[in-house]
Amino acid sequence: MFKIDIPENIFETLREYFSFDFVWFALIVAVLVSLCSALLGVSLVLKRYSMIGDGLSHVAFGAGAVAAVVGVTDNMLIVLPITVIVAIVLLKTSAEGKIKGDAAIAMLSVGALSVGYLLLNITETTSSNLSGDVCTSLFGSTSILSLDTKDVVSCVVLSLVVIATFFIFYNKIFSVTFDERFSEATGTKTKLYNLIIAVITAIVIVVGMKLVGALLVSALIIFPALSAMRVFKSFRGVICGAAVISVIGAGLGVISAVLLGTPVGASIVVINIVALAIFSLVGKIKSK
Amino acid sequence: MSIFKNKALLEAKLDEKHKKKIQPVGAWGHYRKQNRPYASVEPKDERKLLIKVSDLGLAYEGRRVISNLSFEIYSGDYVCILGENGSGKTTLMNALLGLKKPCEGSIDLCAIKRCEMGVLPQKTPVQNDFPALVSEIVLSGFAGKKKGIAFYSRRDRKKAFENMEKLGITSIASRSFRELSGGQQQRVLLARALCAAEKLIVLDEPVAGLDPKSCADMYSLLSDINKRENMTVIMVSHDVRGALEHASHILQINKNSLTFCTKDEYLNTTSPCPVCAEKNKEDSALPYGNSDAYKYKGGERNVQD
Repeated sequence: MFKIDIPENIFETLREYFSFDFVWFALIVAVLVSLCSALLGVSLVLKRYSMIGDGLSHVAFGAGAVAAVVGVTDNMLIVLPITVIVAIVLLKTSAEGKIKGDAAIAMLSVGALSVGYLLLNITETTSSNLSGDVCTSLFGSTSILSLDTKDVVSCVVLSLVVIATFFIFYNKIFSVTFDERFSEATGTKTKLYNLIIAVITAIVIVVGMKLVGALLVSALIIFPALSAMRVFKSFRGVICGAAVISVIGAGLGVISAVLLGTPVGASIVVINIVALAIFSLVGKIKSK
Repeated sequence: MSIFKNKALLEAKLDEKHKKKIQPVGAWGHYRKQNRPYASVEPKDERKLLIKVSDLGLAYEGRRVISNLSFEIYSGDYVCILGENGSGKTTLMNALLGLKKPCEGSIDLCAIKRCEMGVLPQKTPVQNDFPALVSEIVLSGFAGKKKGIAFYSRRDRKKAFENMEKLGITSIASRSFRELSGGQQQRVLLARALCAAEKLIVLDEPVAGLDPKSCADMYSLLSDINKRENMTVIMVSHDVRGALEHASHILQINKNSLTFCTKDEYLNTTSPCPVCAEKNKEDSALPYGNSDAYKYKGGERNVQD
């Protein structure tokens, strides 16, 4: 019934696999992407923007379809700017426009997905297996061999930029997340920091899509934050907790993909679901 | 001929010219500069113009709530904004804080910057499941003062601790905000406002729903920082009695009129009482000095002399 075959000697197999470069690449990318998503996710979930991950990733899929149709060699040139612009527009909505923002995210999300799929089907693209490509970009690759050096380098650079930005602006981000009006009134340039958060979100989603696919990348953003919030009381605790949960989940997901042949994206999300269940239980026990 | 008429002006002009001539130069220049005769020393308790509001017009949800409002707030003032519900007090407060753009007129911040102001917003349910420690929240009051790279210094932490001591919340400093009671949360937010406020603090109905002891504590704290630290206080309130006891200036916003005056002028005026303005339109001559005059028994004013 199950397609998974568990190898007899786990450590031998792991050592064998990890002698290959692309396996290390996959692990590095997974760890960095999950770290960035977790940091950002705490802020987005607390600002009630959980669905932004979904909306932006669908827009990125649509932009990727446009890039494939236009025929550019590096589709990041089109996907990244479009996603950044949409992120800025969506996250600009203030508390009053939240309801409108909610509908806007839904509209953009499903609209971009359908436009993208339509474009891919009606135009002549350079892919031989269209359904397979679409499935890969939606759910992540079934094999982790699809990351090349260029992907890894750009991912590492962008992740480091995101982590550094988060570290430098930590106090401002906390202030803007906790109480935006107070921050605005006491001199923080909330518009600027919302812009920074929007740009970082777009970058994290575009990079994360390469690993786990467009449909699953928002899970990377939401789940670790929710798990950490069940247990930790302080903002710093939640941030650190979410980062650790996310990284461990991503690591285990990659190892599962290597050992058992499961798709990377779905493995990471399932592990995160299990983590959320465990942490909710721990949280309930702690509060009793 | 006009010069001789205004002798003071002439002397001032001469002084200026004289001042310009005395420029210490040479090797001892820096030494002599310290003893320069016309150096102006700013007196520490000089009243500075902090906020100047001119011909302000504000709208809320398409409806004009305030028109042609002009007043000035100086350092050390204790201003109370009184008015009925829906009269535009909170809208005015938001405009003063820069959260709302005026549709007419202007609000000029003269000797003060946004990062020197603190706010205590109205008691709205702040996100109830926000994970943050009390100490993190109080420290976040300083975030507005940092430009760009924002890390809190030891001085910030010391000041935050002092503010927490003032409000008696040091015992809950390591507790999570979401586990606190409403009153404790209000005190944490007030500590944050005190951290942010260097020259001016704005409070939106700080005593609404407080028990008498907490109310008295709040007023005594505000008077204390107003007098000792020369902190300007702007308070939006419904508590007319408390306002009259502590404030130095009253800004009253009625449906038809706006008045800004010092407390004594307010007490001596004979305009209708703002609290019962709707109920007693006929009775316009109400001596304010007597606060017992507010007593309202079954349709008849019970004015006690």
